[in-house]
Amino acid sequence: MFSINDNKIVHEVLSNIKKKEINLKFMHVCGTHQDALVKNGLDFLLRNCGIEIGQGPGCPVCVTTPKEIEEMIFLAKKNKIVTTFGDMIKVPGEKKSLQNLKTEGYDIKTVYGIEDAISIAKKKTDKEIVFMAVGFETTAPTTASTILNNPPENFSILCCHRTIPFALKTIIEMGELKIDGLIEPGHVSTIIGSEPFEFISREYNIPQVIAGFEPIDILMGVWMLIKQIEQGFSFVQNEYSRVVKREGNIKAQKVINEVFEVCDIKWRGFPIIPKSGLILKNDFDKYDARKKFEDDLKNLQDYEFKEPKGCRCGELLRGLISPQECPLFGIKCFPDKPVGPCMVSMEGSCNIEYKYLKNK
Amino acid sequence: MVYNRKIVCLAIPGKIIKIDDKDNLATIDYGDGTKRIINISLVDVKTGDYVLVHAGFAIEILDEDEAQKTLELFREILSDTEGK
Ligand code: SF4
Repeated sequence: MFSINDNKIVHEVLSNIKKKEINLKFMHVCGTHQDALVKNGLDFLLRNCGIEIGQGPGCPVCVTTPKEIEEMIFLAKKNKIVTTFGDMIKVPGEKKSLQNLKTEGYDIKTVYGIEDAISIAKKKTDKEIVFMAVGFETTAPTTASTILNNPPENFSILCCHRTIPFALKTIIEMGELKIDGLIEPGHVSTIIGSEPFEFISREYNIPQVIAGFEPIDILMGVWMLIKQIEQGFSFVQNEYSRVVKREGNIKAQKVINEVFEVCDIKWRGFPIIPKSGLILKNDFDKYDARKKFEDDLKNLQDYEFKEPKGCRCGELLRGLISPQECPLFGIKCFPDKPVGPCMVSMEGSCNIEYKYLKNK
Repeated sequence: MVYNRKIVCLAIPGKIIKIDDKDNLATIDYGDGTKRIINISLVDVKTGDYVLVHAGFAIEILDEDEAQKTLELFREILSDTEGK
C-alpha cells in the first residue's frame, strides 16, 4: 500500500553520487528518517559516496528537558495518574524514571495517543489524569483537537510540544557545524507545509528537501540537494508530494492556532530557542497542568536540572557527534539500561544505532 | 506493516473503511488485517481514502495519483540531469 520501491533507481542514484567525488554534510531532524537510514545501511552507503547525514534535534522524546520529566515525576508522586507515550516513561530523570516510579506503585500509564488518556479520565472520575504532551507539529494538532472537544474536568496536559523551523534557525546560527543541506521531516511538513522552511534557504542559503521515508525517498532527497548545490540554488523542494502540500494541512494548523500560543522554550542540549514551543492559550487554563497544579510544581521552577553524567546527548542532538563517539555507548549505556534519552527513544540515534549494529 | 505504539513521530498509512460522522471517527484497515478506530477531525475524508495515521488521528490523505507519478518523476529527474 503506497510503498514505493525501485532498486534500479536506488543503484543509479548511488553510483551517480559516487562519480561526483563530493564531500557534503547534510542534516535531518526525524527519528523515522534516521531509522530508515540506519536500518537499510544507507548511512554507510552514502558515507562511501562522500555524503554524511546526521540526525539533529529531531527526536521529541530526546529534546524534552530533564525539568519536564521531573515535573511529571512530581505529579505522579502527588497521586495524579500520569499518562504518556511509551518511550517517555523510560527516560532517566535526575534520580529516577517514570518507569521506576511505576514499579514503586505509582499510577503511570503508557498510551498510544491523547485520546487513550481521555478514556482513562472518563473512567477514573475520582482521580486527576495528566497527559504529557510531547511531540512536534505532527502531534500538536492531535492535542489541540482533543482540547477543543471538551475533555473531562479531571484531565489536563503538561504541554511539552515543540516546533521545528526555529530550532533549525538556532542550530544554523550557533555555527558549530557546517550544514550543506537539510532533509526536512515528512510528517511535520504534512502539517505545516513547505512554506515555514523557506526562510532558511533565503536567509542562510541552505538547500532543503522535504522527504518521505522509503529508502528511495531519502536517496532522491539527497540527489535533489546535490543538484541544488551544483546549480547554485537553495530553495525548498518537495520530494514527498504524495503526502505534503505547500500549504500543509490547513485544518490541523487552524486547531493548533486556536489552542496554542507560540513560546520560547529550552530544548535538551540547546539554550532557550525563541519561538520553538507551544503553550496553551489562557482560555484553556483549566487543562493546563502547570496552572492547575501550580502549587505542587512551584518548587521546581528555579531548579537547574543536570544532564545524566557522561551522557553526550546534547552534542548528538546538535549534530556534533555520532552515537559511537560517546564513550558510554554499548559500554555503560544500552537500550534496556539507558543513561540518556537518545538510547531510550526508538527515535533516538543511539537507540537506532544500537538496534542495527548487529547488521553492520 | 510497522505498527508500533512507542514511536512519537511515526505515521502509517491505512484505508478508511467506515465513517462515523457524528463523533468524527472512522474505522481504518492497515492492510495487514489490523483494524482500528481513528479520529478524523483533522481531515476531510470519504470511505476508500488512504490516510496517514499518527497517534490515533488521520493527519493527511495520501494522493494516489501523486504516488503513482513519483517513480516516473524520479526516473525523469535522473535521466534529465545525468549523462549530459
Ligand atoms: S550512548 Fe547513552 S550516554 Fe552516550 S549519548 Fe547516547 S544516550 Fe547518552
